[in-house]
Amino acid sequence: MRLIIKDLCHRYDDLVVLDGIDLTVQEGEVLAVIGPSGCGKSTLLGIAGGIVAPTSGTIAVAGEVPDGCLNPITFIFQDFALLPWRSVEDNLSLVLEHHPLSAAERRERIESGLRRMGLWDFRKALPKQLSGGMRQRVGIARALAVRPAMLLLDEPLSALDAQTRELLMEDFLSLWQRERTTALYVTHNLDEALRLADRVVVLSRRPGRLREIVTIEEPRDQRLEPSAQAHLAEVRDRLWHLIRAEAQLADREIADA
Amino acid sequence: MPDTSLPMTERSAVPSQPVRFRGGGFTVKGHRWAALLAFVVLIAVWESTNRFGLVSELFLPPPSAVASALAAMAQDGSLWQHLKASLMRIGVGWVMGTVAGMAVGFAMGIGSVARAVGVPLVSAFFPIPKIALLPLFILWFGIGEPSKFATIGFGVFFPTVIATYSAIDSVPRNLIRMAQSFGLPWASILRKIVLPGALPGILAGFRITASIALILVVAAEMIGAEYGIGAFVLTAGNLMLTDQLLAGVLVLSLLGLTIGTVLSILERRLLKWR
Repeated sequence: MRLIIKDLCHRYDDLVVLDGIDLTVQEGEVLAVIGPSGCGKSTLLGIAGGIVAPTSGTIAVAGEVPDGCLNPITFIFQDFALLPWRSVEDNLSLVLEHHPLSAAERRERIESGLRRMGLWDFRKALPKQLSGGMRQRVGIARALAVRPAMLLLDEPLSALDAQTRELLMEDFLSLWQRERTTALYVTHNLDEALRLADRVVVLSRRPGRLREIVTIEEPRDQRLEPSAQAHLAEVRDRLWHLIRAEAQLADREIADA
Repeated sequence: MPDTSLPMTERSAVPSQPVRFRGGGFTVKGHRWAALLAFVVLIAVWESTNRFGLVSELFLPPPSAVASALAAMAQDGSLWQHLKASLMRIGVGWVMGTVAGMAVGFAMGIGSVARAVGVPLVSAFFPIPKIALLPLFILWFGIGEPSKFATIGFGVFFPTVIATYSAIDSVPRNLIRMAQSFGLPWASILRKIVLPGALPGILAGFRITASIALILVVAAEMIGAEYGIGAFVLTAGNLMLTDQLLAGVLVLSLLGLTIGTVLSILERRLLKWR
């Protein structure tokens, strides 16, 4: 599935947060969005997922959805958004209960999602009994249970420690290796973008405008190879150069506010 | 495993002293028997003030006399008669006020028009001492039970409205957005996210409204009732039977304690996830 964003603008009252965004996320592509704090990254994701109404502009999807897809555009949240009163398996069940599935199919989707994320043994646990990394795995398993055509990831690793982040990046890599689900990945972390994305969109400080789109040529599974490091370092420098001054200005603006 | 990464001279040559522990205090510890002991001491002091003639039995009868009066009430059946009447009034009035209050609170919690209309009305009516309206309710509903139900129900209604809509406000918006992003229907979001998410706040409101119901039932029974703990306490006071008066007060205290315990059990059962 492709996502096509055309001339998107968004404002909160008098505050313009996004201005003139034109962007296409290609089928099977992982597109990372980076930019300074407050540049509208999360708003862009919310608009793309249909939970924030844009002030102007259009968002459209094109292409086929996979078999058994129940929610073509599916979010993975920064704060996991798990219901604390439901067990792990019931959190997955929540997103299936309103669909006309047989009990067996619902069970199969829950089991398959939990097994893929290594959570089957924790299916009866409450979210409070899990670590941050495991909670995010539940969030991923919940997303997988609806067999999405496109994932919208809102800084999914930013609430986690460095080691857990590394482990979850491996999970994402193997997910995209297997299923090639289209993804729009918002992050403030350049290293995440460099590890996971096919292209990186750089937004300017508020109002967020598209500054540049950088393509990462190395295949995802070879980016830890020594041969790739020189080029990746170059791309990193370029991305950092693009956002450094903007990030400093945005930081000052936030401090002044 | 010992740290052998430094040379021996670095590890042992310098004289050392233990780091002083400074992290004590400012932590609440459980003292299981302290509360019981406090009660025992209080009762003992109270009993001894009478035994030693420090206080007249008429003004403050000793605990033993209160216990005897309570036992006598239990034996002649008057305790159950009064308790039954009070419990029925609390039950009916509280349920009426709670059901109506939750319905209005829910409407105000999820509907902006209902909130715009409801907040000023609730703010205007909430501070009225509800017992002041009892004469009006007697005029409307008669001296019998309905006026007492109305007083209790009215007293319970407003705090329930406030507790319910505040509890709905406190449901994390990210959970609602998550549910919307997965396409959950509106009614499912209400039932599966908003209601359970608001439950801690609603149950906290129950504690407050249960106390209000207890206060109002006593006040209403003092104004116009033959049976009920409030009526019993008033009659005992008028007849200077202070041991019976305090027995009635003790029953009220135990009733409050029981309601509190039932709510605690309910909270533990329903809010295991917290």
